[in-house]
Amino acid sequence: MKKAPEAKGKNKGFISGKWSQLVDNQNIAGYFFIMPWLLGFLLFTIMPIFTSLFLSFTSYNLTTNPKWVGMQNYVRMFTDDPLFYKSITVTIYYVIFAVPLKVGFALMIAFLLHRRSRAADFYRSVFYLPSLIGGSVAVALIWKDIFSINGPINSFLEVIGLKGVQWLGDPRYAIWTLIAMTVWQFGSSMIIFAAGLKQIPEMYYEAARIDGASRFHSFIYITLPSLSPVIFFNLVMQMINAFMTFTQAFLITLGGPLDSTLFYALYLYRRAFAYFDMGYASAMAWVLLIIIAAVTALVFKSSQYWVYYESKEK
Amino acid sequence: MNVKLKRTLGNLFYHIFVAAFAFLMVYPVLWMIFGSFKTSTQILNESHRLLPTELKWDNYISGWKGFGGITFATFFKNSIFVTTIATLGVTISSAMVAYGFSRIRFKGRNIAFACMMVTLMLPGQILLIPQYIVFQKLQWINTYKPLIVPSFFGSAFFIFMIMQFIQGLPKELDEAAIIDGCTRYSIFTRIVLPLIGPAIVTTVIINFYWKWDDFMGPLLYLSRPQKYTVSLAIKAFADATATTDYGAMFAMSTLSLLPVFFIFLFFNRYLIEGVSTTGIKG
Repeated sequence: MKKAPEAKGKNKGFISGKWSQLVDNQNIAGYFFIMPWLLGFLLFTIMPIFTSLFLSFTSYNLTTNPKWVGMQNYVRMFTDDPLFYKSITVTIYYVIFAVPLKVGFALMIAFLLHRRSRAADFYRSVFYLPSLIGGSVAVALIWKDIFSINGPINSFLEVIGLKGVQWLGDPRYAIWTLIAMTVWQFGSSMIIFAAGLKQIPEMYYEAARIDGASRFHSFIYITLPSLSPVIFFNLVMQMINAFMTFTQAFLITLGGPLDSTLFYALYLYRRAFAYFDMGYASAMAWVLLIIIAAVTALVFKSSQYWVYYESKEK
Repeated sequence: MNVKLKRTLGNLFYHIFVAAFAFLMVYPVLWMIFGSFKTSTQILNESHRLLPTELKWDNYISGWKGFGGITFATFFKNSIFVTTIATLGVTISSAMVAYGFSRIRFKGRNIAFACMMVTLMLPGQILLIPQYIVFQKLQWINTYKPLIVPSFFGSAFFIFMIMQFIQGLPKELDEAAIIDGCTRYSIFTRIVLPLIGPAIVTTVIINFYWKWDDFMGPLLYLSRPQKYTVSLAIKAFADATATTDYGAMFAMSTLSLLPVFFIFLFFNRYLIEGVSTTGIKG
């Protein structure tokens, strides 16, 4: 790395012309290769971000020109929009239950399957399947039928002597069908945990066993601390995703009943593409960004108390 | 003897538990697949039953007819078109950018790389509206361009993934190639590209099923049923027929997942292969 192979190459290679030397210059070559991303970044990220910030201070319905309204969108949101508060409450409720349950399940199953056997490989791929197909429209539509009044869930409840519930029609339960669907897709987190578990040296467990620790104790005192950076990573990524949940709610409950599943992203979509209230929806997007950034910062802050980095300790 | 028995029992218990749980996990999928062979009344009134009484393909035949005179052949063709072009674009561009970031030390590299990592965490909602407005101004609504063109500018996720892979290749290869007269461009095409095969395949696979399943993009940008991709068509089909023809909806749902099931079977094998090849290289 320190040998500066570039300089050597230039002198020794048979590209001698001035032109080819210029083209092979590391700055030119570097920007040549990252050009697709750089252009995309400017066109599809930077420009939209500033447009969105500008629009959030305007009233805009796509047909007439944006009209500057100052902070009005933000003021309206916080003082005069009960649905805004409703959608925040619903989303936070969902994040609080769905994310820890999903990550917890992923960790538990990854630990349970942490053994070298063909059966474990097979089980892992079976558990991974829901993650792979869970985002599809097909599965969302099936999910709706599973929780319908005559669906398999209620049939099963009847078999064990319980009374069926109107899962999708009752504001108390509808959101749980969506939480269940999210938790069902714990597979991809499980795969990440499985890779993390392989990194933990077997001798830690052996030492603990010699000291008389039970399986449970070694899980608490060895597995969890060693895996905490991976848990942290999973938690952050899953949280960001959960805040943006849209497709499932759109397909399964459409926000209902009684707005009990009106996720923030769904409400934003409705504002933008049903009411064409683009200025207000842009302001909502910025509030979402701030909420996500704040919550992520909080989790990052808390990480110093529970995430254990081996390299730091040395 | 006692210890052995205990262990066997423990093992048995473990397998019963895990297998039961695995069955529960895939039950919704099985219910969908088997449901596609049942009649609508069977699906509605005998939901406790998993297996169909007989294998009948009627649902597939009636479902394939689609809605509004457009068959699912059109929707599948549309999806295959969008998915293929977008995957091609994202793979080529991401591989290029990944090479640029990981092997060339140009000015501003660190800042550019940091910017890219930030976009990985940026919520898509914030870009949604302005992007829609731009595409609308460009008159790209109701074309596939909004679904395809952005793919050609790389994707931060795949760039990062391929970079991890390139960093595992020994630097000496580049040095030797330079001595042999390779430029930075020919190093990419002759040395790096042939060696990152597994990362390329992983990119193709993941992007393929992301694009195949994508619902929000088609929902926003495609309004003429003639242009619908499979995911959007299934939704429209369900809205139009679900109350009358559950079976057909189940059949088309199953069919729409077929490519993903197919990938699932190969994806797992490929992951293991990828890991073992990098193991040897490392």
